[in-house]
Amino acid sequence: MSAASSSGAWKPGEVVSDQFPAGLRVLVVDDDPTCLVILEKMLRTCLYEVTKCNRAEIALSLLRENKNGFDIVISDVHMPDMDGFKLLEYIGLEMDLPVIMMSADDGKNVVMKGVTHGACDYLIKPVRIEALKNIWQHVVRKKKNEWKDLEHSGSVEEGDRQPKQSEDADYSSSVNEGNWRNAKRRKDEEDEAEERDDTSTLKKPRVVWSVELHQQFVAAVNQLGIDKAVPKKILELMNVPGLTRENVASHLQTLKCNDLVQKYRLYLRRLSGVSQHQNGLGNSFMGPQDASFGSMSSLNGLDLQALAASGQLPAQSLATLQAAALGRSASKSGINMSLVDQRNLFSFEAPKLRFGEGQPQQQLSNSSSKQVNLLHGIPTTMEPKQLANLHQSAQSFGNMSMQVNAHGSQSSSLLMQMGQPQSRGQILNETTGGHVSRLPSSIGQPILSNGIAGGVLARNGVVENGRGPGYNPVSQTSSMVNFPMNHNAELPGNGFPLGSSPGISSLTSKGMFQEDVNSEIKGSRGFVQSYDIFNELHHHRPQDWELQNVGLTFDASQHANSVQGNLDVLPSVLVSQQGFSSSQKSGQSRNTSAVSKAMFSVGEGSEHGNAQNIGQHLNPLLVDHSLKVKAERIADTSCENTFYPEHFGQEDLMSALLKPQQEALGPGESEFDFDGYTMDNIPG
Amino acid sequence: MDRNNLQRQVAYTRRSLFDQGYLDDQFIQLEDLQDDANPNFVEEIVTLFYSDSSRLIHSIEQALENRPLDFGRLDNYMHQFKGSCSSIGAKKVKSECTQFREYCNAENAEGCTRTFQQVKQELAILRRKLEAYFQLARQAGGAQAG
Repeated sequence: MSAASSSGAWKPGEVVSDQFPAGLRVLVVDDDPTCLVILEKMLRTCLYEVTKCNRAEIALSLLRENKNGFDIVISDVHMPDMDGFKLLEYIGLEMDLPVIMMSADDGKNVVMKGVTHGACDYLIKPVRIEALKNIWQHVVRKKKNEWKDLEHSGSVEEGDRQPKQSEDADYSSSVNEGNWRNAKRRKDEEDEAEERDDTSTLKKPRVVWSVELHQQFVAAVNQLGIDKAVPKKILELMNVPGLTRENVASHLQTLKCNDLVQKYRLYLRRLSGVSQHQNGLGNSFMGPQDASFGSMSSLNGLDLQALAASGQLPAQSLATLQAAALGRSASKSGINMSLVDQRNLFSFEAPKLRFGEGQPQQQLSNSSSKQVNLLHGIPTTMEPKQLANLHQSAQSFGNMSMQVNAHGSQSSSLLMQMGQPQSRGQILNETTGGHVSRLPSSIGQPILSNGIAGGVLARNGVVENGRGPGYNPVSQTSSMVNFPMNHNAELPGNGFPLGSSPGISSLTSKGMFQEDVNSEIKGSRGFVQSYDIFNELHHHRPQDWELQNVGLTFDASQHANSVQGNLDVLPSVLVSQQGFSSSQKSGQSRNTSAVSKAMFSVGEGSEHGNAQNIGQHLNPLLVDHSLKVKAERIADTSCENTFYPEHFGQEDLMSALLKPQQEALGPGESEFDFDGYTMDNIPG
Repeated sequence: MDRNNLQRQVAYTRRSLFDQGYLDDQFIQLEDLQDDANPNFVEEIVTLFYSDSSRLIHSIEQALENRPLDFGRLDNYMHQFKGSCSSIGAKKVKSECTQFREYCNAENAEGCTRTFQQVKQELAILRRKLEAYFQLARQAGGAQAG
C-alpha cells in the first residue's frame, strides 16, 4: 500500500479520505518473529500499510529518518535490546506518535506503566485482529487533540471558548478541557451513567452559570437536600431548557471543589494557627448558619465562621479575629491572601468575571490570573463561572456579608453582602472574598496561613458550596463577613486587605493539613471531602497527569505549613485525600488523587496546565492555585477564598468538614476529607 | 477420488485438535488470515514458530543447567516463549509454560525442571499432530481451514 493512500499525512481538520483508515501507516515492533508475522498479516488484512521491525533501535532509526512516515506504532513491552516503555518514551518525545503497547503480561502494574508512560492503548497477547481494526482511532484522536490545542491555545474552549481574558488563558487550554471533560465525564458516569459525553474533545457549548441560573441551581439543591442533590435531579428541578445534566454535574463539581479547597485551607490554617485564637474564635467559626459549621470549630481561628454560622459574629470576636489576623498578617498568605485576593477579586473581577462566560474555566483562569487569584487558587468546586460570579459579587461584596450582616461591620462589605443567597453567584464571589476576609478576622491567628483558612472560612460560612443543596453561599457569608475583611484588607504582610488572614490561615493550614489535626479541624475533613468531590467530579480520569501529579503532591506536603506551605500541604493533603476519596467511590478516589495531583501540579508550576487537566473541577482549582501560587503565596490564600464560591455555602463546607459523609453532590462529597486540600498550598 | 472423504477426515482431525485441547481460539484467528493470496499461511506460521522456539528452548535448557538457578532469567525466557505459543494457539504447551513460571516464582528448581520436560513433550506432540494435519489438508486439496 502506498503511503500515498488516503490515510497518509492527513491533518486534523482535513477531511479524511474515504478510504481511511485504509492505508494507515503502522510500524510494528516485536522481537518475536512469529508474533511479528502474524501481526503484520493482521494489519494488512485491515488494509493498513505495515512496516515490521524486530528491534527497537531499528524502529527508532526508521522513525527518525522518516519523521512523517508513520501514523502509529505498535510495540511489544519485552524486547531484548530496549525496554518497550523506553521506546515509548522516545517516540513520545521525538515524534509524538500514538503508541500502542502489547504484551502477554496483563498484570495491572504493567498496564499501568503503559498508561503512565503515555501509551495510547495496551493490547494483551495473543492479539486478535479485532483489536487491531480500531487502532486508527488513536491516530485521529491524537491529531484532533493536537489541533485543538493549537487552535485554542489556552483558553479557548471548544465551542464557546471565550478568549481568556487574562493571562490565564494558558491553563484553560483545550487539553485541559479535554481532560477536564473527561474527568467530568467520568464523574457523571458515576453519578448517573448518563449523558456521557464521549466527545470530551469535542467542542461543547459551555453553559454560563449566571446568577439566576445559579440561584436556580442552589434552590434545586436545597430542595433536594444535600444527600439527594444529584445532577439528574437537580436538572429536573431546575427545569432549564437546554441545560444538560452534564452542565449541572460539572457545576456541582466545581462548587464542591471549591468547597473542598476552602475546607482545606481552613484546615491548613488551623494547623498553622491553631492556637488560641482559633479556639476562641473558631469553633464557632464553623458555625455559620449551619450547625455544621460548628464542627468546623477545628478551624478555630475561624471564629468568624462561627459567627457567621450563628449569623452573627459578635463584633468583638470579629474584631478579635481581625486583630489576630492582622497580627498574623505576617503569617501569611493564607488569609491575607484571601483578603487581598478578595479584593482583587472584586476589583478584578469585573473584567474577569466573565460571569456569563461559558467556561467556568476560563473565568477562573482569567480571573485567577489576575486578581482573582483567590478564586483560582481555591480549588473550590466553584466553577469558573462561579468564580466569575464571585468576582462579580465580590465587587458587591456587600452581599457577602450575608451572614455577616449580623456582624455587620467587620467585614468588608464583601462579607457582609453575602447575606443573601439571592445572587448566588454573587455570593459566591463574595464568599470567596468574604471568606478571605473572614478568615483573617476570625483567625486572628496566624493561622491564616494560606489563605486557606480564609478560604475555608469562606467556605463554611459563606460558601454554601454546593455541597449539596446547601449551596447557600448566603449562609456562609455570615461567617465570612466577619472576617476582618474590613478589617483590613490591608494585611500588612501581604497587603491583603484581609489582613487578618493570618489567623485564618493558621486555621486552615495547620489544622487541615494534618490528619492529626482532624480533631480540631473537623472541617478539614470536610475539606477533604470536598476535595473528593472534586476528584470525583474530576472524573476518574485517570489521566496520566493525574497520576503524575500525585507524586508531586506528596512532595509539596513536605513543605508545609507555612502559608505557602499550605500549598505544600496540599499535596499531602491531596494525598490523603486520595485515600479518602477512594472510600467514596473508586471513581472518586481517582478524583482525589487526581485532584491532588492536579493540585499539586498546579503548584508545580504548571499550574495552568495542570489546572486544566484536572478537568473542570480541577481547573478552577488548579487555576486558582496556580495563579495563586504563582502570584505569591499569599495569593493563594486569595485563591482559596475565591473558591469558596458561595455555592458552597457554609453548609456545604461545614458539612464537608464536619462530616465526611457529605452526601450531596455526589459520592465524592462525603469524602471530603479534605486531605486533599493541599491545593492551596501548591506553590506556584 | 476420496476427496470428500479426505476433507471429512481433515475436518475431523482439526476438530479433535480443538476438542482435545491442543489448540485454542487463536489458531482460528490464524486460519482466518489464510486466504487465496496466502493459502498456506497457517502452516508457514507454525513452521516459523517451531524454528524460533528451538532458540528459546535451548536458552532455557542452558539456564537450567546453571547452579544455582536464575529464576528471574528463566521466568523471562519462559514469558517470551509463552507469548509465542499463545500466538499460534498452542493451548497445552501454553499451560505448561504457565506452570513453569509458577515454579519459577516459587523458586522451585525441581518443579521447574520437571515442568520444562513437559513443555518440551507437549511441544513435540503438537508438532507431530499439526504436521499430520497439514499434510492431510494438502492432500485434501486445501484443508477446510477456519
